[in-house]
Amino acid sequence: MNIVVCVKQVPGTTEVKMNKETNTIIREGVESIINPFDMHAVEESLRIKERLGGKVTVLSMGIPSVAELLKTTIGLGVDDAVLLSDRAFAGADTLATSYALSMGIRKIGNVDLVICGKQATDGDTAQVGPSLAEKLGWPHTTYVRKIEEINEKFIRCQRMTDDGYEVIEMPLPAVITVVKEINEPRLPSLKNMMRAKKAVVNVWTADDIGADKNLCGLKGSPTQVVQTFVPVHEVRSEMIEGNAEEQARKLADKLLSMQFPAGRR
Amino acid sequence: MASIGIITEKCCGCGLCLKACPFGAIRIIDKKAVIQDNCTLCGACASSCRFEAVGFIKDEAGTGADLSAYKGVWVFAEQKDGEIAGVALELLGEGRKLADRLGEKLSAVLLGDGMEAAVRKLISYGADNVYVVDHPSLKKFNDESYADIFTQLVNRYKPEIVLMGATTYGRSLGPRVASRLNTGLTADCTKLEIDPERRLLLQTRPAFGGNLMATIICPNHRPQMSTVRPKVMKAAEPDPSRIGEIIRPDVNIPGDVRVKVIETVSTLCEKVSLAEADIVVSGGRGLGDPKNFALVEELADVLGAAVGASRAVVDAGWVDYSHQVGQTGKTVGPRIYFACGISGAVQHLAGMSSSDTIIAINKDPEAPIFKVATFGIKGDVVEVLKALIAEFRKRLG
Ligand SMILES: Cc1cc2nc3c(=O)[nH]c(=O)nc-3n(C[C@H](O)[C@H](O)[C@H](O)COP(=O)(O)OP(=O)(O)OC[C@H]3O[C@@H](n4cnc5c(N)ncnc54)[C@H](O)[C@@H]3O)c2cc1C
Ligand SMILES: Nc1ncnc2c1ncn2[C@@H]1O[C@H](COP(=O)(O)O)[C@@H](O)[C@H]1O
Repeated sequence: MNIVVCVKQVPGTTEVKMNKETNTIIREGVESIINPFDMHAVEESLRIKERLGGKVTVLSMGIPSVAELLKTTIGLGVDDAVLLSDRAFAGADTLATSYALSMGIRKIGNVDLVICGKQATDGDTAQVGPSLAEKLGWPHTTYVRKIEEINEKFIRCQRMTDDGYEVIEMPLPAVITVVKEINEPRLPSLKNMMRAKKAVVNVWTADDIGADKNLCGLKGSPTQVVQTFVPVHEVRSEMIEGNAEEQARKLADKLLSMQFPAGRR
Repeated sequence: MASIGIITEKCCGCGLCLKACPFGAIRIIDKKAVIQDNCTLCGACASSCRFEAVGFIKDEAGTGADLSAYKGVWVFAEQKDGEIAGVALELLGEGRKLADRLGEKLSAVLLGDGMEAAVRKLISYGADNVYVVDHPSLKKFNDESYADIFTQLVNRYKPEIVLMGATTYGRSLGPRVASRLNTGLTADCTKLEIDPERRLLLQTRPAFGGNLMATIICPNHRPQMSTVRPKVMKAAEPDPSRIGEIIRPDVNIPGDVRVKVIETVSTLCEKVSLAEADIVVSGGRGLGDPKNFALVEELADVLGAAVGASRAVVDAGWVDYSHQVGQTGKTVGPRIYFACGISGAVQHLAGMSSSDTIIAINKDPEAPIFKVATFGIKGDVVEVLKALIAEFRKRLG
C-alpha cells in the first residue's frame, strides 16, 4: 500500500494573541506546528502500513523552513518526505493548493491512498481534501472517524455526519480526510528520531512536478482577499448577582423576555 | 499578475506593516521592511502604510464578456429523509436579499427522491425557481453523484452565485464542485454582501480561530461560491401563497458511482442536532466530576437544547467527541449558548463566539469566557445548574 499524507504547517494556535493597543495579531515568537488534524492522518497511515506493508510519504506545500517540520514525521515512522516549495506557489487558495498537491502526488506515482486532515486550523476551510480528489479524478470521503476495512483495492470507512456516522465504501485509489477521533497519535521512537536527523527532505519546485504556473499560487487562485480586519466584539457583559436561586430566576426573566425560542424537541 | 514590493526610499522602518501582516511575512532588516517568501499578497501591509512605501498591484483583469453569461443566485437545498435542512431555508432568506440587490432570480437546487412537499416549502421561503432532480438513487446524499449532477446543472444554467450550508455534506460537495468548475469557493462565510459597482459577492469569514476577519472576492471566475454556517443567516417568514416555477431538468444520472453509502447511523444521545440547535448547553472541566455532566444534559432536556462540551471533558472521556465544540470540534451559532464550567480558551471560542446570546457560568471572575458572555454568572456551576433546571422546569411547565 502506497500512502501519501498531506500535511500543512500552521501557527501553533494556542499562541494566537491579540495586541490590545494596535488590535493586531501578535506574531513574534509564534512557533509553527503541523496542523493537529494532519498528525492523526500521519498516525492512520502508519497503522495501515503496519498491517499491509508498503510506504508512507508526507507531502506539503509551503515555505522552505517547513522541511524541518516534515522531518519530525520521519521520527514517527514515515518513510519519505516531499516539500513543494517555489515562489510560484505563494498566495495559493484551496484550488491552487489542490492543483499543486495533485501534481506532486502524480510525480510520487503509484499512490493508492491519500490522507488529509479534516481541516487546517489557520484557515479552517476543509476544502483541500475534496478539491484534491477532484483534481486527481479519484473518489473521496470526508471526516473519516474509523477505517473498518482496507486492502489494495478498496476501503470501507465511517464518516462523521452532523448527527452520527455513515459507512462508506470506495475503490482505491481514493482520498480521505480524517477527524481526530480516528486515533491517538504516537510519540516518536528513538530509532526513528535518529533516522529523522539524517533524513533529507525532497524539495520540488513547480518545474520539478511539471505544474502549469498559471494554475499555481496567486495566479491560479480564483479567490482574492480584499480586506482583513479585526472583529469588534461588542459584547456588553452583564453579571448576574445573588445566590444560585436568585441568579437562576433573574436569568430566566431575562431569557424569557427576549422571546425565548421554544427549541426543537 | 499581482505584485508587491517595498519602495525602499519611502520606507522608514516604522514597522506598521509588520503589525498589520496577518501572516508574519514582513521583517525589518536594516531599518527597512523586507517581504518574506510566505507573503500571500493579501495587501494588508499596503493599506497600513502611512508613507506609501508598499508598492502593491492587485489583479484586476476581468474577462467580462463570458462572465456576464452567468446570472442569478442559487441555493443548494440540502435535505435529509425529504426534510429540508434549516440552513438551506436560512440561505434562501439571505439569497433573496442578494438576488434582489442584483435584480436577478433566486433558485433552489433540490436533489432527492419524492420531493413534492419539499419543493413547495422552498418556494414559500423565497425561491423563484426550484430545479428538482428526483431519482431513487439520490434519496441519500452521495458525494460523487450529487457533485456530478450539480456540476451539470451549473454548466447548463450558469448561476453567478452558489450558496451551500457549511454542513458535513455542503463542505464535501462544495469543494468537489468548485474544483471541477475551476472556480473559487469561500468556506464558512458569516456575512455576504454585494459590491454594487462590480456586482461582486463580498464574502466575509473568520480566520485564525476568529481573531481575524477576511473579506474575499472571486472576481474572474463564475459562479462565485460560498459555504455558510448554519444559524448565521435568518430565514424569511414562509409565505405559502408565493408562486414559483418548478423546473425538472433532464440530467444524466450517473450509473456507476464509486462512492457507496452502505449505512447511515445516528449516534447522538440527544434529540437535537448540535449544529442546527437554537439552544446549546455545553459543559467543561469546571463540572469537576463526570457524573455532574448529567446536569448539563438535564438542563438541555428541559430547554429542548443540544448538548455541547469542551475538549477537556471530551478528552477525559466524559462525553463523545461528536459533542465537542470548538476549533477541532463543531462550530455552532445558536440563539443561546450556555458555557457551564468552561474557561473560554480561544479554541473553544472559535466554535461558539458567533452565538447570539452567551451565558457563562464560572467560579473564576477572571475566566476569559466572561469577556464574550452576554450574561455572566459567577458561582459554583453545580449549584447554579441545579437552580437553573428547577427554575426553567417551573417556568416552562
Ligand atoms: C490545537 C488545539 C485545538 C483545540 N481545540 C479545542 C476545541 O475544539 N474545543 C475546545 O473546547 N477546546 C479545544 N482546545 C483546548 C483548549 O485550549 C482548552 O484546553 C479547553 O477548551 C479547556 O476546556 P475547559 O474550559 O472545559 O477546561 P478548563 O480550561 O480547565 O476550565 C475549567 C473552568 O471551570 C471553572 N471552574 C472550576 N470549578 C468550577 C466550579 N465548581 N464552578 C464553576 N466553575 C468552575 C474554572 O474557573 C475554569 O475556568 C484545543 C487546544 C489546542 C492546543
Ligand atoms: N499547503 C498544504 N500542503 C499540504 N497539505 C495541505 C496544504 N493545505 C491543506 N492541506 C491538507 O488539506 C487539509 C485541509 O486543509 P484546509 O482545506 O486548508 O482546511 C489539511 O488538513 C491538509 O491535510
